[in-house]
Amino acid sequence: MKKITAISGIVLMVLSPCAGVSYAKESNNLIQIKGSDTIVNLSQAWAEEFMKEHPEASLAVTGGGSGTGIAALINGTTDIANASRPIKKKEIDDAQKAGYYPEEFKVAVDALAVIVNPANPVKELTIDQLSGIFTGKITNWNEVGGNNEKILVLSRERNSGTHMYFLENVVRKGHEKGPEEYAPSVLMMPSSEAIINETSQSTSAIGYDGLGYVTPEVKTIAVAKTKEGPFVQPSKETATNHTYPVWRYLYMYTGFKPQGVTKAFIDFALSEKGQKIVEAMGFVSLPKKE
Amino acid sequence: MRRFKEFIIEKIILLSGFACILFVILIFFFLAKDGLALFKFSSPWNFLFGTLWSPLSEPPQIGILPLFLGSLIVTIGAAVISVPLGMACAIFIAEIAPKWMREILKAGVELLAAIPSIVIGFIGMTMLSPIVKHIFHLPTGLTALTGSIALAFMAIPTMVSIMEDSISSVPRIYKEGSLALGATHWQTIYRVIIPAASSGIVAAIMLGIGRVIGETMAVMMLTGNASVMPHTILAPVRTMTATIAAEMGETVRGSEHYFALFAIGLVLFGITFLINFLADMARHRKNK
Repeated sequence: MKKITAISGIVLMVLSPCAGVSYAKESNNLIQIKGSDTIVNLSQAWAEEFMKEHPEASLAVTGGGSGTGIAALINGTTDIANASRPIKKKEIDDAQKAGYYPEEFKVAVDALAVIVNPANPVKELTIDQLSGIFTGKITNWNEVGGNNEKILVLSRERNSGTHMYFLENVVRKGHEKGPEEYAPSVLMMPSSEAIINETSQSTSAIGYDGLGYVTPEVKTIAVAKTKEGPFVQPSKETATNHTYPVWRYLYMYTGFKPQGVTKAFIDFALSEKGQKIVEAMGFVSLPKKE
Repeated sequence: MRRFKEFIIEKIILLSGFACILFVILIFFFLAKDGLALFKFSSPWNFLFGTLWSPLSEPPQIGILPLFLGSLIVTIGAAVISVPLGMACAIFIAEIAPKWMREILKAGVELLAAIPSIVIGFIGMTMLSPIVKHIFHLPTGLTALTGSIALAFMAIPTMVSIMEDSISSVPRIYKEGSLALGATHWQTIYRVIIPAASSGIVAAIMLGIGRVIGETMAVMMLTGNASVMPHTILAPVRTMTATIAAEMGETVRGSEHYFALFAIGLVLFGITFLINFLADMARHRKNK
């Protein structure tokens, strides 16, 4: 008798965390959305609107990073994974091994603004110059037409899809597996707000952030692909017509072809109303299909 | 029947006691399983003494020396600030303060312990870092020193309460004997009471340092997280804990980077284990 009590106690202790996880999969009206911190606020806004229209559905949105979201998709603990970068080959392989076939949806466009302190006289930079600054080849503002001042380089942390995107498309100039890497002296900031905060305080700082996060306390830089120009300021218009070079898609992934509430939610996000929310949250809506 | 009940309760308590040890062992194995998998890709020497931490490059550069030194410099800084402050505070509370003030001070110190680390990080980011930047004319206020100051405030409550306990438990006759021989109050404190309480004081310092090394949120917000080899306490550094916290979210499961983060966890586990062990040794020396 006593042994049974003890054993069942242990079994309960061991099982209870698992029970919480599997619960999410069983109920069809409760869907989990997990992943990129870039999209977490946007997903939350979508979820709130969606639940107003579909009171029977309940959506739980959490952040944690694109990698966390996709790992959760592979483990079967989320229905939708948000990502601010496309899924990697290794992740697709892992998903297939676990019996999932990830489906990709582009849900919004994000432009990354390069920002400096408003007191900094530099107005425009090329991708080459940006790459030089972030890899540590260019260390003084006077090398790119600014004051004689050491550059303080700020980046997002490695857990951020924004970090990866900027690495592949600016630091490595579009060569995904290029040899360039952020210099060790680059400060890794834990959040978008931390970059804005530090840039507004330090005249020698340069950083990057999603367009939606930029405040009047910092100045955006016009960016060009080559030194012939054109140098383009980031904005919703220049990101939509792709004249501004530093933009990317934001993604949602599902484990299978979406059904039921999951499908309804993704359709909602892609609808005209959903894309209005994209604009309201400071991102750029998807180009209208021709 | 009563005996039977008692027997069950006894066994449940026994089981709970063993459960703690079991969990530690399980955590250790879990860490070791994924942490040691790293060494299929990279040698332990390169991992421990490599000076470049750049896990997203091709091929990944996984050397934790800059991170280890980052943790070390922040911890030493915090210890230098918190040990004298904590010790002075503990002596004052235990020996000098009148009884009514003692109660207020003790409650205050305990309240300091209850402040969540993210709040300390937040205050540090908005208040402390601009001050550090202005005083030392730095390009940024996010430095090892900023992290050290914030962490010192988190270590002080642990230190003070354990030190205060051990100072208070010095037998009264020691003090009375010393005073009777004509020593002043101050002479009695630093010649008699502190040596008598030394093992407890050492244990307190060790546990305070253990708390500092494991701290994550505040250092991530305050130290700038640049993975350079630290040359000065006035430059940004990246600590081991902040690295794990910051990079776990985005890493691809089962990649070299993923295993490397677990290996860092293993190193941290080793360090805190060692510190706790030393603290325990120091505390038990007293009983002999």
